[in-house]
Amino acid sequence: MEKNTLFDKIWDAHVIKSVPAGPDVFFIDKHFIHEVTSPVAFLNLELRGIGVKYPNRTIATPDHNVPTVDQDQTIKDKLSRMQVEKLRENCAKYGIELHDLGSAHHGIVHVIGPELGVTQPGMTIVCGDSHTSTHGAFGAIAFGIGTSEVEMVLATQCIMQSKAKKMRISVEGTLGKGVTSKDIILYIISKISAAGATGYFVEYAGSAIQSLSMEARMTICNMSIEMGARGGLIAPDETTFAYLKGKQYAPKGADWDKAVAHWKTLKTDDGAIFDKELVFEAADIEPMITYGTNPGMGIKVTGNIPSTQGMEGSNKTSYLKSLDYMGFVPGEAVKGKLVDYVFVGSCTNGRIEDIRAVAQFVKGHQKADNITAWIVPGSREVEKMAHEEGLVKILEDAGFELRQPGCSACLAMNDDKIPSGKYAVSTSNRNFEGRQGPGARTMLASPLTVAAVAITGRITDPREVF
Amino acid sequence: MAYDKFTVLQSTAVPLPTENVDTDQIIPARFLKATEREGFGDNLFRDWRYDVEGNPKKDFVLNDRTYSGKILVAGKNFGSGSSREHAVWALYDYGFRCVVSSFFADIFKNNCLNIGVLPVTISPEFADLLFTAIAADPNSAVEVNLPQQTITLLATGASESFDINEYKKDNMQHGFDDIDYLINMAAEIDGFEASR
Repeated sequence: MEKNTLFDKIWDAHVIKSVPAGPDVFFIDKHFIHEVTSPVAFLNLELRGIGVKYPNRTIATPDHNVPTVDQDQTIKDKLSRMQVEKLRENCAKYGIELHDLGSAHHGIVHVIGPELGVTQPGMTIVCGDSHTSTHGAFGAIAFGIGTSEVEMVLATQCIMQSKAKKMRISVEGTLGKGVTSKDIILYIISKISAAGATGYFVEYAGSAIQSLSMEARMTICNMSIEMGARGGLIAPDETTFAYLKGKQYAPKGADWDKAVAHWKTLKTDDGAIFDKELVFEAADIEPMITYGTNPGMGIKVTGNIPSTQGMEGSNKTSYLKSLDYMGFVPGEAVKGKLVDYVFVGSCTNGRIEDIRAVAQFVKGHQKADNITAWIVPGSREVEKMAHEEGLVKILEDAGFELRQPGCSACLAMNDDKIPSGKYAVSTSNRNFEGRQGPGARTMLASPLTVAAVAITGRITDPREVF
Repeated sequence: MAYDKFTVLQSTAVPLPTENVDTDQIIPARFLKATEREGFGDNLFRDWRYDVEGNPKKDFVLNDRTYSGKILVAGKNFGSGSSREHAVWALYDYGFRCVVSSFFADIFKNNCLNIGVLPVTISPEFADLLFTAIAADPNSAVEVNLPQQTITLLATGASESFDINEYKKDNMQHGFDDIDYLINMAAEIDGFEASR
């Protein structure tokens, strides 16, 4: 019998037709939309005179540009308001489920999908956002698309793409103290570079991955795109099923049993062939931080910024340009450097487990005077739990400012911007130039490292503080 | 939507050898707040092109009148990061019809093909050859021939072939898009959906 990977099984089951010498016509089970990448798609549908084919397969929420204060009031920024109003208008017109600002399940699209149980094993999921790969944590094929493809999905529930190559990344063993799933993914990206998985769909496997919670798995799959991968996924298991059971959109009763029986078949066959295989040891991974302007530029917190030895031409020029932007020089240590802002949030680390981790570590401490500390829950549900569990009180006592759910300072489309030249240690996913505001200097790290930085005011190894 | 047909393009080229240019650089997130597709070219490479007061930065290639053209020759791993199609809209709106690099990010490349900006993947050696030629003579003309799948530096005749799948090639040459194709598959899609 043919040996297949998990990716093959799900992909092949969704191909309606393979165009000769062309892409596959690929069926999409669930489509998430938000206010920034959908308006032009809807506009084009109108110009073509066609509608939305299966409105019940699309779910919407405004997250990218929304303010994280006063969400019960009219959005002050005119252009943001227009996009959110356009989303409301389009959802009402075509009968698309909308989780609007202030509603019980409003939040970042990649946080609410799993929370609602919309995201399930074996599905194909797309969204006009590259971090759609987050949903791969459930054993789904999930990836980001452009607005032309958003339009295709609305119009036909299909896109046309060629199947990606397959890579398996295994992480074996037990993680050390103070090392989180964020450190795993930053470590992997630092090893293979920000383009190391371009053209591939990645399956994460191995005992260290299997031991992770769903929240932690989502953090890993979320950042697949940061090494260029089309997406990343993890085979579903008992952890997955336990997370989904009882969720609003999860199957119920006999349907649940039937679904679980099917989900249990969703794994890579022994002997299946990958185009590329990488294995890492969990014991080699330490708390990580980025020092440059792409997520591949990461080192352990206690490490030194690489020297330019062996670099030449545009490679060296690009590297020095990046360090110049960050205000760093080759060879120096990052530990001990002063920081201005910390940001806990985003689709990478804005879930309840992340907020619990930060609260547990800062309990009884005070943030350093030089730090402005923002904590932005990924959803209303996360915010509600954080209140109920007393985490908000702990964080506010420590000097953190709690804001309302949204993408916030991860991409700074709203007012949550890091000022030019300032350093932010952030739980988000991208350290690109200007990502958190024009001139902002971003260093990516885990929620634990961010908590340690908040307390000391400097780049700090979390293992030395708590 | 149906877009411009692409067959043979002869033009001077703009060089941008910087590596790992992400879509946040091509169009920063704060300029994504539009509900239509027009006008993004003004903010193409905004923070590399203008200082905080909005004055053009002299050292950036788009502000150097020596270089112009409909072809952008870019460094390795161009278009990484965010899936924002606005990045391609901005390149198109500014006047680029073709982007050449030794390595493209996946989503960016798909987005290019979907709106009719031709992404041409060349070898690192040919990229070096182009950068060198354009630096020596900014008026160097480059021909991108889609039917033949070749890219040629006209002054010397140095040439390389590039890959594109037949389906996308046909779309580009005729200005078709995927929805034109998918709409004709409505019955098959309905059958598939009903079986889910």
